[in-house]
Amino acid sequence: MDLRFTDEEVAFRKEVRDFIRENLPAQTRERLRLGYAPTKQDIVTWQRILNKKGWATYKWPKEYGGTDWSPTMRMIFQEENLLGHAPEVNGFNITMIGPVLIQFGTEEQKKHLLPRAANLEDWWCQGFSEPGAGSDLASLKTAAKRDGDDYIVNGQKIWTSTAHNADWIFALVRTDPNARKPQEGISFLLIDMKTPGITVRPIISIDGSHHLNEVFFDDVRVPISQRVYEENKGWDVAKFLLGNERTGIARLGKSMERLNYARELAREVRQNGRPLIEDLSFRTRVAKLQVQAKALELTQLRVVSKAAGKSDGKPDPFSSVLKIKGTELLQDTAELVMDIAGPLAMPDWAQELDLMNRGEGDNEPLIGPEWAGYAAPPYLMMRAASIYGGTNEIQKNILNKAILRL
Amino acid sequence: MDFDLTEDQRLLNDSVQRLLADRYAFDARRGYMKTAEGYSKELWEKFAELGLLGLPFSEDHGGFGGNAVDVMMVMEAFGHALVLEPYLATVVLGGTAIKHAGDEAQKGELLPQIVDGSLKLAWAHGEQQARYDLTDVMTTATKDGSSWVLEGAKSIVLHGDCADTLIVSARTAGDRMDAGGLTLFMVPAGTPGVSRRGYAMRDGTRAAEISLSGVRLGADAVLGKVGEALPVIRRVTEAGIAAMAAEAVGAMETAHNMTLEYLKTRVQFGRPIGQNQALQHKAAEMLIEVEQARSMAMLAAMMVDEDDTAERERNISMAKVGVGQSGRFVTQAAVQLHGGIGMTEEYAVGHYFRRVMVFEHLWGDSAYHLGLLADQVA
Repeated sequence: MDLRFTDEEVAFRKEVRDFIRENLPAQTRERLRLGYAPTKQDIVTWQRILNKKGWATYKWPKEYGGTDWSPTMRMIFQEENLLGHAPEVNGFNITMIGPVLIQFGTEEQKKHLLPRAANLEDWWCQGFSEPGAGSDLASLKTAAKRDGDDYIVNGQKIWTSTAHNADWIFALVRTDPNARKPQEGISFLLIDMKTPGITVRPIISIDGSHHLNEVFFDDVRVPISQRVYEENKGWDVAKFLLGNERTGIARLGKSMERLNYARELAREVRQNGRPLIEDLSFRTRVAKLQVQAKALELTQLRVVSKAAGKSDGKPDPFSSVLKIKGTELLQDTAELVMDIAGPLAMPDWAQELDLMNRGEGDNEPLIGPEWAGYAAPPYLMMRAASIYGGTNEIQKNILNKAILRL
Repeated sequence: MDFDLTEDQRLLNDSVQRLLADRYAFDARRGYMKTAEGYSKELWEKFAELGLLGLPFSEDHGGFGGNAVDVMMVMEAFGHALVLEPYLATVVLGGTAIKHAGDEAQKGELLPQIVDGSLKLAWAHGEQQARYDLTDVMTTATKDGSSWVLEGAKSIVLHGDCADTLIVSARTAGDRMDAGGLTLFMVPAGTPGVSRRGYAMRDGTRAAEISLSGVRLGADAVLGKVGEALPVIRRVTEAGIAAMAAEAVGAMETAHNMTLEYLKTRVQFGRPIGQNQALQHKAAEMLIEVEQARSMAMLAAMMVDEDDTAERERNISMAKVGVGQSGRFVTQAAVQLHGGIGMTEEYAVGHYFRRVMVFEHLWGDSAYHLGLLADQVA
């Protein structure tokens, strides 16, 4: 047993760190550091830079343009990306549809769609959840009926992240309403967002941002050739997708980056005439989060190193531990940054900041430092972390089913 | 990065597990607890035969040539069984003091005696007024001709009642809180002026209050350099924290497993209580905390031999906080989910609860180490 990184891993970390420092556009870095969500353009630009380097598809098999990085190296890459204030690659493209097509897609689908997904020529989104199918995904109702060489799709998806940016959606649809079990009548379709009959309606989140959408399908024609895997076997594809590469789910690098940022801010912000960082209760709060981060780092390494030895493709139930602890830490660190800004985080000036950043503001002075204006939205948005990707309560059910067996 | 055990480690682990499964059932343990020494002398000899007592010492001294990871494994197994023998006191605390402070002659003489089971040691550093401050030492050692004379008192000396030799820290210079001026002495328990009052800790393990009155020792009783014991004291404390963190993880894991078993078998309202989601989620949270604590115990073990002092101390503190907080959560929940039976002396889960409670209050509780870490936030 040796918990130290090898010389190769240390060198790899430096290589990644240097690359990000030299290649990440400065304005993207600064925006993310301040707490802004990356724009579509931030993500597209960065993913293409990574793709040119051969790093955007690092989780894909080598023959499909991936890397032969070990699980530890993948973890280091993700961590450095987040620590360096870089946007994450589009997960729908890279960790979802890419691996799905590689595993289940036809040669035609792979040839046409994989390179475009890698370079973010196509922006993908995920059509899984429905108003009546959240944690109970298999109860979904959006229907696809055969009509010649097409399916006719009718129904509604909800919570569809970035659908308004998307060129394509991969969706679970019901192709056999009479199947014995709800899981058995589902198929996995690839749908061009420009197809007539698709309507995208925004859902504004509690942080004021437009990230989520409702997507309506009204007699949408989808060629059968755009089905992935067999008809009525879509649930197998979904299970593969949801189980694929869950070890990055803790996004520990993001929490570490927020902790660094919080300390930086707390050296500037004053409370009772002293820098906040000298306040004992603040320091103790930071120390507690550092301990949590350290424990999570090691648990993540343990899960990752276990994954290195096996190849059955099944998700490790311990990735639920990473999901729960990781999202708790993401929430706690976002909360910390907001609390440092304090009252100056409370004015809702999203619109003004937006105008100012587009050079259209009225040049009135800001109510406080710019960073304080962006301290509350990440806190608000991060409440979603324990809800998406299987709520943390569902993760506990998974742990029970897979390990505790109560 | 490598989390695997070596073949030797696996074999050792198997034999320890076998021995404990065989000899450390809960009732057998209660029998050992009732003896005058509070542990089984016969098992102590078995430990020697198995090579456990020589685990972290070099082959030159009759040892096994192992490291802190080997100790971690053994301590975790001890945690599963709530072992009572003076392993921590003798091998980990005493052994670490001798390894770091002893000269070649002392090592050559003392370590083989630890290995063969003939020498039991106790680490007599803490004092009643000191709480968790390692520099708060009032016991003095005064030079008188070629000998030293010790005056003072030591508190909560683990296994101090059965030890053959006490390793006593005393001030040879400076004031009560000074970092310098501390010296270690090997004090045979029978030396005139040494008196011991043995007692049981809350978890059933033994400890003693030691009073030292006009204890006269030769110059050869000094372990390490005169006046420069503090770095050694820190190393011993860190080794103790690391070893006991692993033991606490073993205890937590067993408390968790007992709880799962109970949830599956206890029937109320016509079904096992484990079918209630509120209890399933609590049990899942316990699992999470056991694994987080295990990660931290591994970290502590890896750090025991780290040369960078600041890095070592910082990580050991993190591990102490992590295992302490997780340990509290897991064992409190274990009692809670057992309900009334968990509150009883005759049921094992309360013993695991108390073992972990004692761990948290030795060498700095979670709040104390969190304070050390908070001091470094910048």
